[in-house]
Amino acid sequence: MAEQPILEVKDLVKHYPLSQGVLFRKQTGAVKAVDGVSFALGKGETLGIVGESGCGKSTLAKVLMNLERATSGQVLYKGEDISRLSGAALKAVRRNIQMVFQDPYTSLNPRMTVGDIIGEPYEIHPEVAPKGERRRAVQDLLDVVGLNPEYINRYPHQFSGGQRQRIGIARGLALKPEIIICDEPVSALDVSVQAQVINLLDQLQKDFELSYMFIAHDLSIVRHISDRVGVMYLGKMVEIGSDLEIYDHATHPYTQALLSAVPVPDPTARETRDRIVLSGDIPSPANPPSGCRFRTRCWKAEDRCSTEVPLLAVPSLLSGPAAHASACHFAEVRQTVTT
Amino acid sequence: MTTVMEKKTETGRLVPGTPLLEVRDLHVEFKTRDGIAKAVNGVNYSVAAGETLAVLGESGSGKSVTAQTIMGILDMPPGRVASGEILFRGQDMLKMSGEERRQIRGQKIAMIFQDALSSLNPVLSVGYQLGEMFRVHRGASRKEAKAKAIELMDRVRIPAAAQRVGDYPHQFSGGMRQRIMIAMALALEPDLIIADEPTTALDVTVQAQVMDLLAELQAEYHMGLILITHDLGVVADVADKIAVMYAGRIVETAPVHQLYANPAHPYTKGLLRSIPRLDQKGEELYAIKGLPPNLLKVPAGCAFNPRCDAATDLCRTETPALHQVMDKDGAELAGRRSACHLWKETLHG
Repeated sequence: MAEQPILEVKDLVKHYPLSQGVLFRKQTGAVKAVDGVSFALGKGETLGIVGESGCGKSTLAKVLMNLERATSGQVLYKGEDISRLSGAALKAVRRNIQMVFQDPYTSLNPRMTVGDIIGEPYEIHPEVAPKGERRRAVQDLLDVVGLNPEYINRYPHQFSGGQRQRIGIARGLALKPEIIICDEPVSALDVSVQAQVINLLDQLQKDFELSYMFIAHDLSIVRHISDRVGVMYLGKMVEIGSDLEIYDHATHPYTQALLSAVPVPDPTARETRDRIVLSGDIPSPANPPSGCRFRTRCWKAEDRCSTEVPLLAVPSLLSGPAAHASACHFAEVRQTVTT
Repeated sequence: MTTVMEKKTETGRLVPGTPLLEVRDLHVEFKTRDGIAKAVNGVNYSVAAGETLAVLGESGSGKSVTAQTIMGILDMPPGRVASGEILFRGQDMLKMSGEERRQIRGQKIAMIFQDALSSLNPVLSVGYQLGEMFRVHRGASRKEAKAKAIELMDRVRIPAAAQRVGDYPHQFSGGMRQRIMIAMALALEPDLIIADEPTTALDVTVQAQVMDLLAELQAEYHMGLILITHDLGVVADVADKIAVMYAGRIVETAPVHQLYANPAHPYTKGLLRSIPRLDQKGEELYAIKGLPPNLLKVPAGCAFNPRCDAATDLCRTETPALHQVMDKDGAELAGRRSACHLWKETLHG
């Protein structure tokens, strides 16, 4: 990442206000869905974002797409802040950032044909494909995502889940974007079909030099597809680094617990696995713990963790692959912890 | 209640290894506008006390329909049991009256569903719903039922059970709700639990808690457990033996270690190869080509043949039987069966 990142997020915050009262509504608090997140995405790179439900990863995607307005912070696309844009300027930027949604059953309009669904972006951005060439363009897209171009007049219900997700991907590709934000693109699919869609995303990235932000809760899939991985917990990024740094040299206790909880498809690992089973649930984002947000479930927590918010920075004492950004006062590689 | 002598432990539980349930050649069909969908097409499996059988399959493979038929909660019509037997401790449940089945359901065989939020009644407190088991089946008073409910919530480790017994399902987190579902299934200390994707809706850290709890309680009560899932990781963690289903049939059965080390069916082999691994960064994933079949138009011969790399003409015409699998020296491998004409090549090739 020597050159300028294509997308840079600086201290992004999204709070949803909570209000009380019928006549005189007043704000009594806020759900801190995303609370100060920073990262950069390079050209042609895949950044995986993992975390459990409620950690803010989908809100993050919506704010990046400008589907939700950021409360504060910046989203820089090629150096320009797009989080405050509106109207024509926003429309122009959005052409370059597209999204693939989780549920291929609800994200496609059941009353539109596949051709209309994939071609709809051209209605909004007619400069990409002139009217006479649209049908041709849609057929090309169907071919690119591995569907028969003759299916152009079919409706979504005539396709299986995996095929629908391909339609969703084709729609995301229609405007030839540079960045695609994938929000759990394969979690609704069967195991045997997941691999097909992941391979397709891989192939498209090579062919079109796409940058992906890949949001998922399945850590194995994220490792497979990502160059770098960020781990979120309760609205904050707790650790970010290359796939090797995160998966083999995690230094944040939450990442370690998350990785150890993933069931490995190998029965011989049953006895040898060293699992960290966390107690309790994720606290409410409306009332997050003070200091480090993970401290209520962390086995390393000390007094300091409740008063001082740990910053996402490279811990000075660590070296080698362990030296990557981690928001923990006691960041350590796990082997040295569990002796 | 059975003709077979069953050994019991001092606490009145069945000794591990006692046969509990046997499904024999079960066929279940659904009548639809476009024809008859054969959702379950000759399924055989068995589970013993203290044993965990994992039924692995994708959507539409018939794994949940089989479970619903065992529980007797299949919607009929459109569903219909065309033929087969379900023996519970030696007696065929399909021949029983409604009253007899009701005696078994909940008391002897209990089920845990995938989505705890939609399986619990939102307008009744969890304490009431847990206590209902004791009031209906055991004739307990309201007071006794409430005490029992608190005890159960304690057992599945819900913190401050006595204070939370009056709370409603929406006031609990997903993991807690699934614990309540487990508590409800355990309430009457059944012999067999059927868990249909019990952790699919949960996050990984919570999934680990719930699966640990289930395994612990199973060991304590020597329950049989049928775990229905599509997650190869969860199966590897808890199962003793596995039945892999595809398009309404069992395509492979094996003890867990053997299945992962050396699958004897191309579908199982493909599934194992197509999942990304956490501990290694792979190159391009192996993908099984094509799609699972439409149950109204299951391909002739082996249902997997259009997606199989090794398919021959025989596979396209003749449905393979569930062959006993043998090792290289021709000795039978216990519990291993494969519904593939080419199981030898798949296993040893």
